[in-house]
Amino acid sequence: MTSSVLVHAVAVARLPSFDVHAWRSELLERLTAGLRVVTLYGRRSHEKEGTVIITAVLQGADRSLQVLRTCVDAQLGYHELTTERPALHCFERELHEQTGLRVAAHPWLKPVRFQGQAQAAMNDYPFYRIEGKEVHEVAVGPIHAGVIEPGSFRFMCQGEQVHHLEIQLGYQHRGVEARLLQLPPARLAPLIETIAGDTSVAHTWAYCAAVEQLCARELPLEVEVARAVALELERIAMHLATLSGLAADIGFLQGATSYGRLRTTAINTLMLLCGSRFGRGALRPGGTGMSLSSELLPQVLDNLELLRVDLAIINDCFLSARTVRHRLREVGVLSRERALQLGVVGVVARASGVACDARDGVSQGAYQVQPVALCTAAEGDCFARAQVRIAEMDASLGWLSIMLARHPGFARSRPPLPALAPGQLVVSIVEGFRGEVVHCLETGASDTLVHYKVQDPSLRNWMGLALAVRGNEISDFPICNKSFDLSYCGHDL
Amino acid sequence: MSLLKSLRVRASQGSQYVADLRSAVPRGFRGLPVISDASCASECRACAEVCPTRAIALSPVTLDLGRCVFCNECVQVCPQEKIAFSANPRMGGGTREQLLVRQEAEEVMKVRASATFSKLFGRSLKLRQVSAGGCNACELELNALANVNFDLQRFGIEWVASPRHADALVLSGPITVAMANAVQLAWDAMPEPRFLAVVGACAISGGLYEHAQSVERGFLGHVGPALYVPGCPPHPLTFANAILDLLGVA
Repeated sequence: MTSSVLVHAVAVARLPSFDVHAWRSELLERLTAGLRVVTLYGRRSHEKEGTVIITAVLQGADRSLQVLRTCVDAQLGYHELTTERPALHCFERELHEQTGLRVAAHPWLKPVRFQGQAQAAMNDYPFYRIEGKEVHEVAVGPIHAGVIEPGSFRFMCQGEQVHHLEIQLGYQHRGVEARLLQLPPARLAPLIETIAGDTSVAHTWAYCAAVEQLCARELPLEVEVARAVALELERIAMHLATLSGLAADIGFLQGATSYGRLRTTAINTLMLLCGSRFGRGALRPGGTGMSLSSELLPQVLDNLELLRVDLAIINDCFLSARTVRHRLREVGVLSRERALQLGVVGVVARASGVACDARDGVSQGAYQVQPVALCTAAEGDCFARAQVRIAEMDASLGWLSIMLARHPGFARSRPPLPALAPGQLVVSIVEGFRGEVVHCLETGASDTLVHYKVQDPSLRNWMGLALAVRGNEISDFPICNKSFDLSYCGHDL
Repeated sequence: MSLLKSLRVRASQGSQYVADLRSAVPRGFRGLPVISDASCASECRACAEVCPTRAIALSPVTLDLGRCVFCNECVQVCPQEKIAFSANPRMGGGTREQLLVRQEAEEVMKVRASATFSKLFGRSLKLRQVSAGGCNACELELNALANVNFDLQRFGIEWVASPRHADALVLSGPITVAMANAVQLAWDAMPEPRFLAVVGACAISGGLYEHAQSVERGFLGHVGPALYVPGCPPHPLTFANAILDLLGVA
């Protein structure tokens, strides 16, 4: 395969069958041996009533993926792993919520998104409470003061300090995963593009790569490059949106306006290629909906040059301004140790000194012919997250100029695809601007999907935000929130 | 030192605003569809069948902008080039009916100006946005209206933080079950006179989520929108032109 993104396929029948106890100890053993959990999820078994099939995907240091599967009685369940391995917290909560599986002794089985019947009880679920002298609580949401998505935040404060922040999400839950199984598998792209509309390209690429794997279809490098061009433009545009918001939140108006208008240039460049400022229609299974003609090329290159020149000027101003450093340094700190413990991903992890990027070290495709620099920072504070975003924009711009010099044109392509291979499980991972987007597709006996699991990086990172706010003031929250810039709808599905 | 850096930013920034929002056409944008007079092959239903939101009706071919997600699938399957998307961003409508694009459609769609709205809000309009299942694309485009490029504040149109301060509710998303009550509360908190604008295919028709399990659109059964802004997401120019049309601003 030539895929630029990490894709792993296994025949479901060939997976070793573990009973739940063996699965649990095998999982722990491999995590102890240094593997990283990519995802863990379940579905109600169609074959055996009352049982749940749990799939865990792990990644080794060499980037290779491993799948561990078990089938367990929903009533019996298994003993929780979150206490030992906090990185599993969101997965076990989601597993319990989506399948009804008993996860015994779990410390906090609050639904992650209150889907289905649980929705009615959403407002009744108790938040954590603290009691004592100088203790007070502040509730915010679901509707916020800005033009943003809804979510509920409960601050538990001691005097001026936030003791704990509990984030309750689910307000954006539309039922994406269920809907994905109701439509023909090759025609899901428009829906996939709206899972998290600010990172459409990343999600759609994960979907396309998985479907192409199921069809055993290899793509020409030209298509891979076109997709990567869209992904990097999306990354630049959204990092600019985050920086613009962050600058506005600290009252640094030159940053807010400059990053804001440069984002216009970035998304307008994407629109030149695919007709949409958000990359809608840019990727389709088997090909792309993007074209770069010789008439268009000078405009695209001019835009990239403008971004390069003007970004350097505002970055210099922003990063060296005392007011910026003073406001962002040592605020919202997520230590490296905690980042590893929680299993946060993407920009958040890299800004806490964890070197993880799905584009790094790939063995084939667009990022192999021209690697893109891995950007990290050590401090884990709001300033570090801004620094990483700025460094990543520079890296993406550099990558784009080299690749567009080598591939100065590409055309739309939409070859028909064969039927999906039956009985397969495919995992695909794409590094979106927030972090790794993971899609897991499983085909049944025929060429239809029996399960589609979507995972936005936000699922794992929201808890990072909750912990980063501890010990800060409430007035630091907007800055912390913006520096994480997580997705509500991508989490809520 | 920092002053010099600020001055450099100021010099590089120059003047960024779109001078005339009313005539601007975004290059490369997949906007208002145009239906040609080409005759369809007999029994051909390719465009209608491939449409993910069933936005296309046949004989004669009609496209519902309130459902269209501008995915371009219909164009790609049509053997006759019956449908093409132009770069024209002006697509807003004052009624649901107005969003139907027919073969003999006018080149520019215009929301009918309301003398009442013009008098009430023509010089100052405060908007409260609520996302109820929106995917953050509509929200980002609505936010962009306040950036230095589109600068809708030049017309006295601004986003406000509270429904108490708002003249209009700008709704995005298909309305999730979990947000249904919050949308109603936000509307109830708005003083009269007030109106509702629905933005994007999800809010107008349910769009891709019309049949999703966790969507509850009852609110729109008893509050009728005064303005429909189609798109997936709508371009800032689509929203700006629709609202300026409605207010009768030239």
